[in-house]
Amino acid sequence: MRVPHGIDPKAFSAAVRELEGVVGQQWVFTSEEDLYLYRDAYSPFWGEAEERLASAAVSPESVEQVQAILRIANAHKIPIYPISTGRNLGYGGAAPVYSGSVVLDLKRMNRILEIDEQAASCLVEPGVSYFDLYRHIRANKLKLWIDCPDPGWGSLIGNALDHGNGYTMNPFRDHFAAHCGMEVVLANGDLVRTGMGALPGAKTWQQSRYGFGPDVDGIFSQGNSGVVTKMGFWLMAEPEAYLSGTVMVSRHADLVPLMKAFSVLNNTNAMMATTRIGSPLQLGRVFGMPPEPEHAALLDKPGVSPEELEAYGRKNDLPYWTIDLKFYGGTEVVEAQWTHAMRVFRSAIPDVQFAKGDRLTFPLTDAQAEAVKDKASLGIPSLGAFFVGARSPNKPVGSHGHFWLSPILPLSAEAVLEAQKVFAGAFREWGVAPLYRALPQLYSPRAFYLLFGFEVSEDPAVNRKTRETVRRMIKLAAEHGWGEYRTAPAFMDDVMNVYSYNNHALRALYERIKDALDPNGILAAGRCGIWPKHLRDGRS
Amino acid sequence: MSFARVLLAGVAFAAVSPAVLADDRGHQVYTRWCIACHGVGPDKPGTGALQAKYKGSVPALLEERNDLTADLVKMYVRRGVSVMPPFRKTEISDEDLNALAAYLSKRSP
Repeated sequence: MRVPHGIDPKAFSAAVRELEGVVGQQWVFTSEEDLYLYRDAYSPFWGEAEERLASAAVSPESVEQVQAILRIANAHKIPIYPISTGRNLGYGGAAPVYSGSVVLDLKRMNRILEIDEQAASCLVEPGVSYFDLYRHIRANKLKLWIDCPDPGWGSLIGNALDHGNGYTMNPFRDHFAAHCGMEVVLANGDLVRTGMGALPGAKTWQQSRYGFGPDVDGIFSQGNSGVVTKMGFWLMAEPEAYLSGTVMVSRHADLVPLMKAFSVLNNTNAMMATTRIGSPLQLGRVFGMPPEPEHAALLDKPGVSPEELEAYGRKNDLPYWTIDLKFYGGTEVVEAQWTHAMRVFRSAIPDVQFAKGDRLTFPLTDAQAEAVKDKASLGIPSLGAFFVGARSPNKPVGSHGHFWLSPILPLSAEAVLEAQKVFAGAFREWGVAPLYRALPQLYSPRAFYLLFGFEVSEDPAVNRKTRETVRRMIKLAAEHGWGEYRTAPAFMDDVMNVYSYNNHALRALYERIKDALDPNGILAAGRCGIWPKHLRDGRS
Repeated sequence: MSFARVLLAGVAFAAVSPAVLADDRGHQVYTRWCIACHGVGPDKPGTGALQAKYKGSVPALLEERNDLTADLVKMYVRRGVSVMPPFRKTEISDEDLNALAAYLSKRSP
C-alpha cells in the first residue's frame, strides 16, 4: 500500500480502515490498479519522479460522509485532495497537487437537488456534470439553458471553483460569478452554508447571493480551506432567438479601430457574449486544417511582414482579422443588435465586411441540437474539444494530452499586438516552435486571454523542455503585466510566485486564512500555490 | 389499471431475459459515457480518431464493430488511449463496465 510522506504506515492503515467504515470497503481504493485511475492522464510529469500520485482514494455519497472523512484525516494528519468529476484535464484531472494525498472523489455526490424554472436557478452537488444538468433540463422540457465550458463532462462546481468560463451570455459565462450560495465542509469537518443559506429555511438561497455579513465564497474558489458540497447557480432562460455573425477586415492595422468599435458594443452591453479574434491570414483558412502551400510558405517564413500577408489576403480573399459576434434574445431584438453592430463597425472601418452565421429559434429538437456546429455557444455540452490532440487526417498520431497557458491581456488591439510580438521574440530566442500566432478570446467582459496549448509527450525529455518553456512564459508574461487565471498543478507555484506585489502580501494573506481554517494542513496542500505551514518551506 | 393489465405487465416483464436487460444496461452506459466522443457526427473526436486510424477498414463507430472483445473494451476504459483518459470506478463501476463490454462485443464471433 502506498503511504503519504511522513505518515506512519500503521497509522495510515488504521485511517484507511476507518475510511472504509464510513463509506464502505468498495469505495476506498488502495490497489495500484485502482490508483492508476487517479493519475492525471495529461500530466506533464507523466512517468517521472515528480508526477503527482495519490496514495489512496475515498468516495463519499453524502455530506455527512465528507465530514467524517475530514475528521479522520485530521486525527491522523492525512493529506486529502478533493475532486468533483475529476475531469479537469489539462489542469490536473483526478490527481492531487501534493503527491501522496488521499483523493476525495466526490463523483458519487451527483444529485441535482433543486431546479427552479421561473427563477432560472439550480442547486447541485459536486458530481453533477454539465451533461447531467443539460440532460435533466431536456428530459423535463424546461425553458432553461446551461453555460458550459468546452468539455461537457466537467463538474459545474469544480469548474466554477477553478474560475472556468463558457460561451453564452456574459452574466453566465463566468461560472464562479454566476454562482449563488454554497454549502461547505470546512477542513475540520464543520458544515457551513454561505449567503442566504445561513438563514434556516431560507427561501432565496439560490436567488440572493450575499445574505448578511462578509462574502466569504471566494475563499473556496482556487482555495483549499473547505470542500464545497453544494452550490447554486443562475441559469439562462431559453431565449427566443440566436444570431451570430462575423466581422472581417483586410489590413493588419485595422485591428486598432476594430477593437475600439468592439469595445463600444461590449461596454454598452449591445454585445453580451464572448468573442474570439481570428486571423485567417495568421492561422490559415480553417483552424486545424493545413493552409495552402503558398500560404504555408509565407507563414513559415521568418519575419514575414504584415504587408506580405495582406497581399496574399487580397489575392485569395482572406481577411486579416475577424471577430465573431453572438446575440441572444427576442427575434426582432437580435436582428436589431446585429444591424446596430454593423453600423458601429462601418463607421470605424468603411470597407469592413460581414458574414451572417447562424439564425436559430428555440426550442430545438434533439436532432436540431445535435446538428448545431458551435454547441457551446448554445449551452449544449459536447466533447468536441478533444479533437485537439486526437488522431485526425492532419495528425496521423494522436497526442497523449495537453495543457494550457492563458495570460490575461487588456481588451485592446495594442495589447494583442504587443503580446504577439513579445512571445514571438521570446520563442525565437529560446529556439522553441512558434506559438506566437496564438489569438485572444474574451475572458471576462473586460479582458482577453491568450490561449497557448501544449501537448504532452511520451518522452520525458520533451515534457521537461515544454515545462521549462511554460515557466519562462509565466515569468515573461508577468514582466509585461499579464497574469495567468488558472494553471495545471505543475505550474501553480510558478504562477503564485509572480503575484508578488508588496513582497507576496496576497499569498501571505491566503496562508493566514489557510492556517486558521485548516490548522493541521490536511486539505489540498499546494493547490494554487497555497501550502500548509508544515510544507511551506519546501514549496518551489 | 385492471387486474388483467397488471398480470399482463408481469408476464411482459418476466419475458425479458437477463441477457436483454444486460444489453440494455450496456447501451445505457454507452449512451451516458461513450457516445459524446464515439457517436455519429462531425464533432465526435473518438469516431474521428478511429476513422483516421483505420481509414474505413473497420467501422469508425464502436457500435458497428464486430472485432471488439470484452477484455479489449475493459482495457481501454480502465487504461485510456491517446487523449482518451481512463474512467474511474466512481464513474463506470465494474458492473457497468461488464455490461458495456458485453454490449460492444456482442457482434464479435
